Amino acid sequence: MKTFSKFAAPVAAAAALAAPQSVFAQSMDETINQIFANSTGWFVNFIFSPFPGTSFPWIVAWLVVAATIFTLYFAFIQFRAFPHSISLVKGDYSDPDDAGEVSHFQALATALSGTVGLGNIAGVAVAVGIGGPGATFWMILAGLMGMASKFTECTLGVKYRNEYPDGTVSGGPMYYLTKGFSERGLPGGKFLAVLFSVFCILGALGGGNMFQANQAHAQITNVVGDFPGWITGIVFAAIVFAVIVGGLQSIAKVTEKVVPIMGVLYCVTALIIILVNYDKIGWAFGQIFSGAFTGLGVAGGVVGALIQGFKRAAFSNEAGVGSAAIAHSAVRTKEPITEGFVSLLEPFIDTVVICTMTALVIIITGQLISDPNTGLYLLDEGGSTIQTVDGNKGVALTSAAFSSAFGWFKYILAIAVILFAFSTMISWSYYGLKAWTFLFGEGKTTELVFKIIFCIFVVIGAAASLGPVIDFSDAAIFAMAVVNIVGLYFLMPVVKRELESYMSRLKTGEIKKFH
Amino acid sequence: MPDVFLVAYDGSEGAKRAAKYAANHAKSTGGSLLIAHVLEWSPYTFLTPNELEERHKRRGEELERAETALVKPLLDELSGTGVKTESVIKYGHVAETLCKIASDSGAAQIFIGRTGHSMMSTRLFGSVAGSLSQIAPVPCTIVP
Repeated sequence: MKTFSKFAAPVAAAAALAAPQSVFAQSMDETINQIFANSTGWFVNFIFSPFPGTSFPWIVAWLVVAATIFTLYFAFIQFRAFPHSISLVKGDYSDPDDAGEVSHFQALATALSGTVGLGNIAGVAVAVGIGGPGATFWMILAGLMGMASKFTECTLGVKYRNEYPDGTVSGGPMYYLTKGFSERGLPGGKFLAVLFSVFCILGALGGGNMFQANQAHAQITNVVGDFPGWITGIVFAAIVFAVIVGGLQSIAKVTEKVVPIMGVLYCVTALIIILVNYDKIGWAFGQIFSGAFTGLGVAGGVVGALIQGFKRAAFSNEAGVGSAAIAHSAVRTKEPITEGFVSLLEPFIDTVVICTMTALVIIITGQLISDPNTGLYLLDEGGSTIQTVDGNKGVALTSAAFSSAFGWFKYILAIAVILFAFSTMISWSYYGLKAWTFLFGEGKTTELVFKIIFCIFVVIGAAASLGPVIDFSDAAIFAMAVVNIVGLYFLMPVVKRELESYMSRLKTGEIKKFH
Repeated sequence: MPDVFLVAYDGSEGAKRAAKYAANHAKSTGGSLLIAHVLEWSPYTFLTPNELEERHKRRGEELERAETALVKPLLDELSGTGVKTESVIKYGHVAETLCKIASDSGAAQIFIGRTGHSMMSTRLFGSVAGSLSQIAPVPCTIVP
């Protein structure tokens, strides 16, 4: 046996060297995938467990109920305050003496660059691919209602932020849970803040990192051909490392400036495709409405469409998740409520406008295959997703839809996806870091530990397959929402007081326009 | 009431010439000087989350640097002329902000130095002196 081992080892090594690189690489991807799926399965199962006797996940109901409660409690604030929100972003109410501070527009743009991204491109494709066109209806509804959730959390984010003597600020759910609860004499604030921070770190590693790396890799292979995911992962990790550890802020700055341009380009292209196919717009909306209430034969029927719509909307605009409250809390304003007004535009732009455009392009360009006789969508062999042209799913489905109109667009989309993925990663590395330092304290070493973990997860995300990654990403993000929304319920009277005070002062002219 | 002469100052040689020219003018007419330094800023730019967090701190540092490295040395230099001199540092679009300062302070005239950029860069990016000559609410003297 010993002799055999001695003999076998060099042979095995030689064989490994001689074996095609791709075989080794693929098996490495599979190993990473397997370990990842096995270690996160329990967490995913818990978050997405359905109500007993139904297939309806409790977490989706949690989000729907919260968004409805905030909408009603603030008397449809998202519609009432919409024009005022636009005025605030334009700077009509900004004191010229505060020039040079973070403006409402900048806080909104930075928060948006963390949310607008793959959720709008790949996430929508996943929703429509599983839930059918009807998922779009529920997604829009979730976006509209989510505006009230975002309003609540971002107001609190500014109100209870920490301002340090050196002028820097830290805000977010962990701060309003701690300070807000103690101010109201409620117990458990610290516990919720710690729990939120743990989930925020997982969310940063999941949706804010692995999902991005995964879909960026999918998009690159879509253009240049198949190659192992861990290679993309290592390249991405190296760039992220250079920015967040090496302090190469110039890369992040360039991305922050290019991402909005890509966003506009994406929307304009989608609009052109929709307008060129103007004769199908009515039909597409018909599919969306009838799919929302009949299911059109998709797996899970109406409930399947609703679940997908709400899930992907929440994943895309992060309303109720608490992440945006971290970004928005840096704005310079004497009135915390103004940042709430501004932030409610975020789910509108992200979900109601951009996600709907993606969905319309996928539907209008005929990517989903339906039975010409019954009009019902055909499911694939597994019976869980709708058959698509060439079997595309995720970002590849969106890419195929856009490319069917403009062949060259897949290259633009590939660049957009990579940049979106990158900017989302930078934003989430910041959110995750804020949660990490809340738990473990500020300090170079503790920060470095988180940053290195973040980079390792870039590689895992790119190498793992979409299923386990998307499940874990959703679960982690929704876990944040569980804790955050509990806090919002207890603190929403604070927001209401701020709102009433502000509105009465606005009416009397005490709060006036500067421009 | 003596006239206030506004000097647009960015620390360049042209701006120094404009300040001296304005000081002579103020001395001969019994007017006073208002030295204005404007830091170019737009509320519609895009910042990273880190930049958002540090913006307030950075603003403080930028204002202090402008005060100590640019404006203070000029004020020291002009103190010998006997002309009453004040200063203001603001953020914003440079030409527009200078016009606003001129209106708010009731300045009688604006003095600005010519930077002497090439024709090409001026055509591409414009110049503060050029914009000011178009939009200034009061007479504007461009000092070569």
